[in-house]
Amino acid sequence: MENFTPVPSLIGGLMIGIAATLLLWTTGRIAGISGILGGLLSRDVSNFNWRLAFIVGLLVGPFVVSEFGAGISPINIDADIPMLIIAGLLVGVGTRMGSGCTSGHGVCGIGRLSIRSIVATFVFMLAGAVCVYVTRHLIGWGS
Amino acid sequence: MVIIIFSLLSGLLFGVGLTVSRMIDPSKVIGFLDVVGSWDPSLAFVMSGALLVTVPAFIIAKKHDKTLFNVNLTLPSKNNIDTPLIIGAVLFGLGWGLGGFCPGPGISALSFGLEKPLIFVSAMTLGMLGFDMFSKKTD
Repeated sequence: MENFTPVPSLIGGLMIGIAATLLLWTTGRIAGISGILGGLLSRDVSNFNWRLAFIVGLLVGPFVVSEFGAGISPINIDADIPMLIIAGLLVGVGTRMGSGCTSGHGVCGIGRLSIRSIVATFVFMLAGAVCVYVTRHLIGWGS
Repeated sequence: MVIIIFSLLSGLLFGVGLTVSRMIDPSKVIGFLDVVGSWDPSLAFVMSGALLVTVPAFIIAKKHDKTLFNVNLTLPSKNNIDTPLIIGAVLFGLGWGLGGFCPGPGISALSFGLEKPLIFVSAMTLGMLGFDMFSKKTD
């Protein structure tokens, strides 16, 4: 538990919740990133602009923290390139098939007390934990 | 136009939140999913913090049925637990555990200008496009 950061994580979480509320109370939309990106890739022209604006904001967020905040610590990505390609394909296919990710099912779906989202969140967290157990402890990657 | 500005602000605050909470760091995510190793429960605080806001926000939104700008709410209509939901969540979870990225942090991490987030997001985009093309063909 040497890396435990409850305070920044709670503050960041509150910000994410406020961001999702802002989108819901103005556009009436769910702040589900896989849904927004997936919609942007579809031919749904009438919803293109707000989705693009949201994704641009998401990209600019870290810059705002580094320019006006306390600065950013570097990120650590243990996975190598082939693993990241497989991970990306799994996340892309899985979030479209399962209609949501950590934000859509986790933050918003559980937020509106949807049983479907509560089940999905439990399943993807369990699958994630099993994957980390197998790759880190049984196979021994990244250790 | 107002809607676009608020979408941008929402995405921006979301990206700031992902950065401040360290959810943007794959090693932090792996530390959370590594329950039998040196478990780091921080990300449970991210989820709790977000839900502390979204649970009351959805109750208020549903009560009014329309947004502050008189737009109708667009909420998911599905309520049932079906096979695509479960298989999709399993595939997503496996990918999340493998790379340490879910869609939001993957996109925000592009701002570091590193090769690895770009590869992840490109593969993810390809996966989304591939699935949507395939599922349209079989419908």
